[in-house]
Amino acid sequence: MHDVTAVHGESKATYLWVWAALLLLTAVEVVLAYRQVLQPVQMLEVLLVLSVVKAGLITMYFMHLKSELPRMRWLLTVSVTACFVLMWIFFFRDADRIVTLGVK
Amino acid sequence: MATVQHAVHDTHGAFEPSLFGTYSKKIGMWLFLASDSLTFGALLFAYSYGRISNPAWPTPFGKESIANATIMTACLLSSSLTMVLAVMAANRGDRAWTRNWLLATMFFGAAFTVLHAMEWTRLIADKMTPSGNPWSSVPLFGGTFFTLTGMHMLHVTIGVIYLGVIALRKKFLPVLLGLWLIGWLITPADSIFHIGVHVLLIGAIISAVILFLKPKDYDAEDVEVSGLYWHFVDLVWMFIFPLVYLMSTKV
Repeated sequence: MHDVTAVHGESKATYLWVWAALLLLTAVEVVLAYRQVLQPVQMLEVLLVLSVVKAGLITMYFMHLKSELPRMRWLLTVSVTACFVLMWIFFFRDADRIVTLGVK
Repeated sequence: MATVQHAVHDTHGAFEPSLFGTYSKKIGMWLFLASDSLTFGALLFAYSYGRISNPAWPTPFGKESIANATIMTACLLSSSLTMVLAVMAANRGDRAWTRNWLLATMFFGAAFTVLHAMEWTRLIADKMTPSGNPWSSVPLFGGTFFTLTGMHMLHVTIGVIYLGVIALRKKFLPVLLGLWLIGWLITPADSIFHIGVHVLLIGAIISAVILFLKPKDYDAEDVEVSGLYWHFVDLVWMFIFPLVYLMSTKV
């Protein structure tokens, strides 16, 4: 058994701050939804950015990716991101084709 | 023959250090989570595209639903905090607090599942099905909603069982079977959850097989690996909550 602060470099206070930040960002999202000042596409973009920030906080601090070796951190981040980019390129292009051309 | 056995035994302790500087179980879990994120990514893409490309997409989530989903989000975020505190306790060798924090995490996870089941029950009572809904002529809404949130609910349920096995080991089996029996008896026979609660029975059988065939004392590494899974479930909800609920708000 070893001291977790020595392994992950984080203290209990840091985790509490991250938890508070996540709750705050959630509150911001709910307020944006209630106000409905943005169009659906803009709203989707804003919510996606906030979600990516929240996901980053969870992976870096709660999942301790920040404390892993850089090669592991980069391999995971880059490979998953690349897969999502590929999915984005092919999925939306094909979906647009169906909508605009009326392909069944 | 004796020479061969001797040579094999000599290789113990002579392995190369891990390429990623950590133990195999953790790397395995990260790889699983990377693949699972693509499953959820595809489902989220499908829902989001349907939402923004259909002007008639229904917006059935009123204030009550949003309040319910916000409480569910707070439950999952709080469960992530208790989970990371369990990992801290495990690393300093404090077994009692490891178990306490794991039980707290399970409580928040179970609360999330119950609240989500109540939300599903309300939508089903409003005649929403996987192939139709009463609010618009867009049948994809029900299909994408139930698939995405159902997949997530299944992950949360599996996570609660996983944490229960780590925290209580064989003592968790009667608890799980009791929860299954109670859940089965209290849900109406025409409810989807009257069948869905059998996930707990399947979980109990699989847990029993693992616990009896490979009994072990779960250590700090096991707690950390289970924590990775739990945080991932929380992370996925950070996308589902805004994209599904907040994008379809009726205020």
